[in-house]
Amino acid sequence: MSVEVKIPTILRTYTGGEKAVGAEGATLSAVIDNLEANHPGIKERLIDGGELRRFVNVYVNDEDVRFLGSLETTVADGDQIVILPAVAGG
Amino acid sequence: MLTLPAEIRDAIVAHAKRDHPDEACGVVAGPEGSDTPTRHIEMINAAGSPTFYEFDSGELLDLYKQMWDNDEEPIVIYHSHTATEAYPSRTDIGLANEPGAHYVLVSTREVGNSPGPVELRSYRILDGEVTEEPITIS
Repeated sequence: MSVEVKIPTILRTYTGGEKAVGAEGATLSAVIDNLEANHPGIKERLIDGGELRRFVNVYVNDEDVRFLGSLETTVADGDQIVILPAVAGG
Repeated sequence: MLTLPAEIRDAIVAHAKRDHPDEACGVVAGPEGSDTPTRHIEMINAAGSPTFYEFDSGELLDLYKQMWDNDEEPIVIYHSHTATEAYPSRTDIGLANEPGAHYVLVSTREVGNSPGPVELRSYRILDGEVTEEPITIS
């Protein structure tokens, strides 16, 4: 499965400044592993202890993956994945 | 330095007072690369809390999609402190993820929902380092 992943400003240091990159995988977890293979270091910014980080939002076709299957969310050819850091604080 | 139009400053302050004692939050978008805040968007504080704020995840995506369509970026990200000064908390610093943005804080601790002046200050937050900057009202 080939998908497009939108990369937020804060993570573009890993993608050579690219705002969007292609990736492969049948689940979000596999897509992130594929991102890591091509853009080393990015996975650690997204995942902690095998879970999606609390203050990172990932959307597949505009749906927050927390309401889908989180890292096990299935992705299909041509799906749009968006990564956005939460805007939050105290 | 942050240059902020008076009407947007007033709208941010009004939002903070209205939502007191909960924290208010929002964005001022502007043309990419311009460093000029032009479009004020009030966001829902999904945390609905006097000590925490978080943009609703659906609203966050809608906001960014609009900004991408308009070739905009978040120039200002603001929120209020309702019991403490207008200075970034440790949580604010840890979660600051827009390196290009001016982080504006408003404190409503003195006035609450009432008329009267509030403290409004602006910061850059980069790699955990906070630098206050002057605000010019245009």
